[in-house]
Amino acid sequence: MTDQPAVRLSGYLRKDGRKGIRNLVVVAYLVECAHHVAREITAAFRHQPVHLVGFPGCYPNEYADKVMRQLLTHPNVGAVLLVSLGCESFNKQGLEELVHASGRPVHTLTIQETGGTRATIAQGEEWVRQALEAIADAPRVPMGVEELVIGTVCGGSDGTSGITANPAVGRAFDALIERGATCIFEETGELVGCEPHMQQRAATPELGREIVRCVAKAARYYSVLGHGSFAPGNADGGLTTQEEKSLGAYAKSGASVIQGILKPGDLAPTGGLYLLDVVPDGEVRFGFPNISDNAEIVELISCGAHLTLFTTGRGSVVGSAISPVIKVCANPDTYDKLPDDMDVNAGRILRAQASLDAVGDEIFDLALRVARGEPSKSEGLGHQEFILTYKSFTEKGPACLPTKTPIPLQPA
Amino acid sequence: MSAMQAGRKASGQEGVDRRVLLLRPHDNCLIACAPIAAGTRLMLDGGAITVAQDVALGHKIARQALRAGDKVLRCDAVIGSVTRDVAPGEHLHLHNLQSDYLPTYTLADGGRFVDGSTSPKDSA
Repeated sequence: MTDQPAVRLSGYLRKDGRKGIRNLVVVAYLVECAHHVAREITAAFRHQPVHLVGFPGCYPNEYADKVMRQLLTHPNVGAVLLVSLGCESFNKQGLEELVHASGRPVHTLTIQETGGTRATIAQGEEWVRQALEAIADAPRVPMGVEELVIGTVCGGSDGTSGITANPAVGRAFDALIERGATCIFEETGELVGCEPHMQQRAATPELGREIVRCVAKAARYYSVLGHGSFAPGNADGGLTTQEEKSLGAYAKSGASVIQGILKPGDLAPTGGLYLLDVVPDGEVRFGFPNISDNAEIVELISCGAHLTLFTTGRGSVVGSAISPVIKVCANPDTYDKLPDDMDVNAGRILRAQASLDAVGDEIFDLALRVARGEPSKSEGLGHQEFILTYKSFTEKGPACLPTKTPIPLQPA
Repeated sequence: MSAMQAGRKASGQEGVDRRVLLLRPHDNCLIACAPIAAGTRLMLDGGAITVAQDVALGHKIARQALRAGDKVLRCDAVIGSVTRDVAPGEHLHLHNLQSDYLPTYTLADGGRFVDGSTSPKDSA
């Protein structure tokens, strides 16, 4: 894998220099009250690159604002339609101005001023139709693996996740990072017990201490909530403790140096491995940090992830809006039950049919094929799950991003 | 060590029954690769053990005798402590192993969340 000549991709060049592997029209509702209208607009484009995202809350939230700004200027996004009811507090004007400044076609429809549900759906469909035409000839330029941002998440873990799919993704991460890509792992609440090991992998001692603090924050947060991320299905699958689950989840990060800590909506300044801190700062507010897996996937995408490697033991079937999800199945029995939903059968390791290296190579190759446009299984099935809820974060300390080298914007 | 290095061992465990994984040489638990019935004899490099209860895929079996309070090692990392003495071949799970960090919660009959380490349902 590492002896191959340089892999060339091509991407949709955006004004900020980043490149997308998809070219989507995104319809975003800015409060739950506008959800139905936005969904009806996208329903007219069922098999076209039109995705639905949104924020359900009526009250403003800095985190949701930051994440939405990053999502709507994500390199996979080519044009944006905002759907507002009219009386919610989301800063739609600021959002429209930002998307406009990013060089993308953008339009806002306010239901209360457009004549209600029927008229807004009709106008929305018309705008999306025109936007699809407008972005159809977006320039594609050469793109290197070093320009890719790839996230990883696990969901529906069982006793096999930590011995097959997760370490295989770790191998793929190491190979991607070796070629300069940016890779992001997260779930600090599921890394409780792994912090001494992570500390040793940090680029600087200061960052190592930040990582320990970051995991301690997560442990405290979950303790206040009454329990960890441990779900009943995890115990059925043979995992007994949070730290045992952590060890398995941690394997997804591979063996590369940890370059920094990101918070949702932060872009990594360099290639290499980053830890995404998904647990809110300060007192416990708004309930669970991430109510289910898609909330984490959305946060990875808000950090620029072009695609996400999702490991599952018990068999999650989700995909995502905006960035494709590649499903790596840890458990061979689960794979046999859900073959149409799973991209990679890492359970072959358990049956001694494939080595960890071979599955790692397979994930690496598939990630590049999906980056070239091949749909992942969940993408082909039309999965476009999306969750964005309330959170609160404070600014990162300087030790979180010790390397400030900017992302190379020119093709190598 | 990283968990990834441990994973590498999964296909190359010398002298250990293929129905279980010994992730690292010093681990005191084994991982079932398939459902294993109670009474099954497993050959290990240091001798044989008898599996005490039916164990499902992905579940853990004590590789050696453990005393109450002993740490359980998986991939060379501590995953918790045993709450009572455990014989070789016993199922290691919620009924005899607990987190050193956060309690493990599980869904009891009736959909109520309870602390799994005290649930009689899980002691079977």
